[in-house]
Amino acid sequence: MSQLICKNLNVGYEDGVVASGIDFAVESGDYLCIVGENGSGKTTLMKTILGLTPPLSGEIYFEDGLSSKSIGYLPQQTLVQKDFPASVFEIVLSGCLSKLGRRPFYSKEDKALALEKMQKLGIENLTSKSYRNLSGGQQQRVLLARALCAAEKMLLLDEPTAGLDPAATNEMYDYIKKLNDEGMTIIMITHDLEESAKYATKTLNMGKDGVCHG
Amino acid sequence: MANLIEYLSFPFVRYAFIAGVLIALCSSLLGVTLVLKRFSFIGDGLSHVAFGAMAIAAVMSISNEMLVVMPVTIICAVFLLKRSQSSTVKGDASLAMLSVGAMAVGYLLLNMFSTSANIAGDVCSTLFGSTSILTLQGTDIAICVVMSIIVIGAFVFLYNKIFAVTFDETFAKATGTNTEIYNLIIALITAVIIVLAMNLVGALLTSALIVFPALSSMRLFSSFKQVIICSAVIAVVAALVGISLSILFSTPVGATVVVINIVIFLIFSAIEKARG
Ligand SMILES: Nc1ncnc2c1ncn2[C@@H]1O[C@H](COP(=O)(O)OP(=O)(O)OP(=O)(O)O)[C@@H](O)[C@H]1O
Ligand SMILES: [Mg+2]
Repeated sequence: MSQLICKNLNVGYEDGVVASGIDFAVESGDYLCIVGENGSGKTTLMKTILGLTPPLSGEIYFEDGLSSKSIGYLPQQTLVQKDFPASVFEIVLSGCLSKLGRRPFYSKEDKALALEKMQKLGIENLTSKSYRNLSGGQQQRVLLARALCAAEKMLLLDEPTAGLDPAATNEMYDYIKKLNDEGMTIIMITHDLEESAKYATKTLNMGKDGVCHG
Repeated sequence: MANLIEYLSFPFVRYAFIAGVLIALCSSLLGVTLVLKRFSFIGDGLSHVAFGAMAIAAVMSISNEMLVVMPVTIICAVFLLKRSQSSTVKGDASLAMLSVGAMAVGYLLLNMFSTSANIAGDVCSTLFGSTSILTLQGTDIAICVVMSIIVIGAFVFLYNKIFAVTFDETFAKATGTNTEIYNLIIALITAVIIVLAMNLVGALLTSALIVFPALSSMRLFSSFKQVIICSAVIAVVAALVGISLSILFSTPVGATVVVINIVIFLIFSAIEKARG
C-alpha cells in the first residue's frame, strides 16, 4: 500500500528552486535512500515532506492514514543541542509531544512508550544521564529514540550516521534495518552509497533527474 | 536581624518582598529558555525600549506609566522575535539600533520636556531602579502579583511544550506543534517580565535577573527540570537576601540583588571547577 506519493514536486525557498521534478512513491515497509551531492536539496525535500517548508509546486499525498504528525524525524544535528542541559529521558519523552494535544503533562502511557523505545535502542541505562555528556553515537541514538516516539509507521532520517565512527555507524544501520524488518517505513538521507545499496529497496538520486530508482 | 523583623511589621515592606520575589522568580523561569534559545540579547534590547517608553510616558505626564510602557514593549518584543527568525545579521543590527535609539530618544525627551525638578535623579532611578523598593505603590504591587501569577501559571502549564520548542524547534514543528505560537508566548512573557522587573531593578539591570540564575544553575545541573528548579530557587534566595540587605544598609535594591546573583554565580562556578 502506498504511504507517500510525491508528484512532479519542486522544492526550495523564496529565493529559488533547489530541486525540481521529483517523482516517487513510498510503499509500506519500503527502505528508501536519498543520495546526492551536498546542497542538492535532500534536507529541503525532507523538510517539505514534513511540512516545514511549503512545496514550490507539485503535490505530496499521504495515504494509509498517515500525516506529517505521525512521522518520526531525525534532523541533521543542530548546534544548540550540543551543550543543552537536558536528561536523556526528557529528550526522548519530548518525542511524544504531538500526543499531548491540549494536555499540559505527559501521561503514564507516554512515559512507558519512551522507555520502551529506549530499551529497543539499548540506551535504557542512560535515562538520567545528561545529553551533553554523551558520545556522538549515543546522542544520535537518543534522537532516534525520540523520533521513534513520534513515528507510527514512517521514519525520516537525515544523515543519521554523520560524525559517527565505523563501529557506531554499523550499529546505527543495524538498528535502522531492525526497525525496517519490524514494518517501519524508512526514508533516509545518506552519503554512504555502499550502505544504501545493501539495505535500500529504493534509491532516489537527487540533483540528476529526481526520479526514483527501485 | 532584629532590625529587619521590625521592618517586616510594616505592610508595605512585606508587599515589597512579595513583589520582588515574584518578579525574580518569573525572570529566572523564563531566563533558562531565553539563554538556551540564544535570545538573552532580546531581553537586554527590550529593557532599553522599556526605558524609552517610560520616558515618553513621563513626558506626557501619564499617571499610570504601565499603560504606555507595557504595550510598547510587547510590540517591540514581537517585532524583534520576527526579525531574529528571518535573518540573524539583520535581526542583530535592528536590535542594536532599536535599543540604542530608544535610550537616546528617551533621555532627550526627558531632558527637554520633563517637568520634574530632579531629572538626573529620575533618569538614574529608571535606569538602575529606585533607591528603595519601599517606594513601590499599592497598585504597582497588585499588578505585579497578578502578572507574576499569570506568568508562572502559563510556564507550568506549557512546560513540556516550552522544553520541546527550546530544545529543537524543527522537530517540534515537524511533529505538528505550532511553534510560532509558543515563540510568540515566550516573547510576550519576556516583555511583561521586563516591564515588571524595571520597577524592581531598573531598566539596565533587568537582564541580570533573567540571565544570572539560569547561567548559575546550568553550571551545576544537567537536566532541564533541575536547571529550572535551581534557577527559581537561586532567584528567590537572591531576591530575599538582596532586598533585606538593601533595607538594612540602605543600598539601592536593584544593584544589591544583582550583586547577590553575581556572588551565587561565582560560587557555583567555583564548585563546578572543584568537581572537575
Ligand atoms: N532556510 C533556507 N533558505 C534559503 N536557502 C536555503 C535554506 N536552507 C538551505 N538552503 C539552500 O538550499 C540548497 C539545498 O540545501 P539542503 O540543505 O537541502 O542540501 P542537502 O542536500 O541536504 O545538503 P547536505 O548534503 O550538505 O546536507 C543549498 O544551496 C542551501 O544553500
Ligand atoms: Mg542535508
